Amino acid sequence: MTNVSLSTRPQKSMVATSLRIALYTVLLSVAALYLLPFAIMLITSLKDVEEIRTGTLLSLPSTLDFSAWGKAWSSACTGSTCDGIAPFFTNSFQIVVPAVIISTVLGALNGYVLSMWKFRGSEIFFAALLIGCFIPFQVILLPMARTLGWLGIANTTSGLVFVHVVYGIAFTTLFFRNFYQAIPSELVKAARLDGAGFFTIFRRIILPLSTPIIVVTIIWQFTQIWNDFLFGVAFSGFDTQPVTVALNNLVNTSFGGKEYNVDMAAAIMAALPTLIVYVLAGKYFVRGLTAGAVKG
Amino acid sequence: MITKNAPRFTLADWLPKLVMAPTVVVTLVCMYGYMIWTGVLSLTNSRMLPSYDFVGLSQYERLFNNDRWLVALANLGLFGGLFIGICLCLGVILAIFLDQKIRNEGAIRTIYLYPMAISFIVTGTAWKWLLNPTNGLEKMMIDLGFEQFTFDWLVNPDKVVYCLVIAAVWQASGFIMALFLAGLRGVDGDLIKAAQLDGAGTFTTYRRIVLPSLKPVFFSALVILAHIAIKSFDLVAALTNGGPGYSSDLPANFMYAHTFTRSQIGLGSASAIVMLGCVLAILIPYLYSELRGQRHD
Repeated sequence: MTNVSLSTRPQKSMVATSLRIALYTVLLSVAALYLLPFAIMLITSLKDVEEIRTGTLLSLPSTLDFSAWGKAWSSACTGSTCDGIAPFFTNSFQIVVPAVIISTVLGALNGYVLSMWKFRGSEIFFAALLIGCFIPFQVILLPMARTLGWLGIANTTSGLVFVHVVYGIAFTTLFFRNFYQAIPSELVKAARLDGAGFFTIFRRIILPLSTPIIVVTIIWQFTQIWNDFLFGVAFSGFDTQPVTVALNNLVNTSFGGKEYNVDMAAAIMAALPTLIVYVLAGKYFVRGLTAGAVKG
Repeated sequence: MITKNAPRFTLADWLPKLVMAPTVVVTLVCMYGYMIWTGVLSLTNSRMLPSYDFVGLSQYERLFNNDRWLVALANLGLFGGLFIGICLCLGVILAIFLDQKIRNEGAIRTIYLYPMAISFIVTGTAWKWLLNPTNGLEKMMIDLGFEQFTFDWLVNPDKVVYCLVIAAVWQASGFIMALFLAGLRGVDGDLIKAAQLDGAGTFTTYRRIVLPSLKPVFFSALVILAHIAIKSFDLVAALTNGGPGYSSDLPANFMYAHTFTRSQIGLGSASAIVMLGCVLAILIPYLYSELRGQRHD
């Protein structure tokens, strides 16, 4: 552990410089290690099957061959159908968009009530909700499967939207509640004395302050739901599978030889939406992770 | 700005509760209700469909006599221990290194953290290719001149769990680093200055002052990692599918297989309840210490 920046004695400057170089070497090597798997995925996806068989992980493709991408997108087999992962991409969006919107809106309203309109039992309920963030979903899988059947939405994207909303509310509520807790309650009290109602205060005072936490929540929910596999595999039907389930089927479906280039192209495509969000809004992504992790 | 609206004032009494009502109902039914429901099923002899013939604790007895379950539990211990230990060490070391006024810190941090944005299914798919014994790492090393190099962990029942550890560490360690980095930024700078005025070296300063003040972050990270480990399902599904045989099964995969594909709902429910017990065993002491800590403030 070399906190070189703290050392001030001049005779140490040689040592300090070399330590500094060592530090950068370690940090950059580790960065390379983190990047390597993704780089290899990309390289592999651009090779043809023959080149994969003869070459090694790191050997570069002789020509850029995008045919694996085309196949992964529209004609690779995922179980019994061979339409690529494109239809499942659409399913994922059909699940993610409504689920994110509904759970964020509910989370904002709940957070608003739990911080500004506390009532008897609301704190206890919040604690109960918090524990809900942690329960392993295995304990609710089977009852939920039965419920979806009764509601007539088993194996549909609406069913998956419902499930993701139900088990996303705990997190979205937590995010908004902790954020609103920091807003001075005098603001709301003054507005109430002025006769402003519940929704007026929310719309006029609270909502305009909420942009950062809305962004954090949307990114968090988008990433969680897009990356979900458990609910997808347990509750989706054949043609309503999300892309994670389809990817897993694609990788495990092999007629004849294994096409690693197609697997890798499909994997990158499945990862792309959340990666793009991360690159564009990394700051908010990290804030969501830490807010979800370190409870207030 | 806000207009007077007298009737609304009386609505204010029940409106907040009404707004909360759907969430309250859903939480009580779909979290706590279902938990109890699964608990009840674990006491029955349900097979393909839930039945309510109670058989006491015999499903638990069967569970703990089931070799596949015992393997899954042992795997969880090994996987969880290594995964948590390595992530914590790597996380704290990288965070300290990155906290030395590094140029391009933001870019490096972004690289360390990006695997966390990816689904475990994608991670599993990628590592399945990297670690496959015929064309993956092993072939690359042989082509580089290490002719004796063998790396068959992915198909070796004694080593396959380490493959899960490698992939999971790759995915989550950057996030733990970010947690520690945030913690380091919160350490009281005056305390460090005082220690240095007293003549403490860099190493001593870190050991005596910085690391102890990271204790809360340490506990949060531990709980998060344990939680990820116990819930791990997708990574196994994508990377090993539990194989070879069932040598890399984790409890979540056992539960899924028995409940949904092997028509052993009673047994699957019992395994789910044991998983819940594991989570609570970690969560309750954590929440207790958190709450106690808050009361001290």
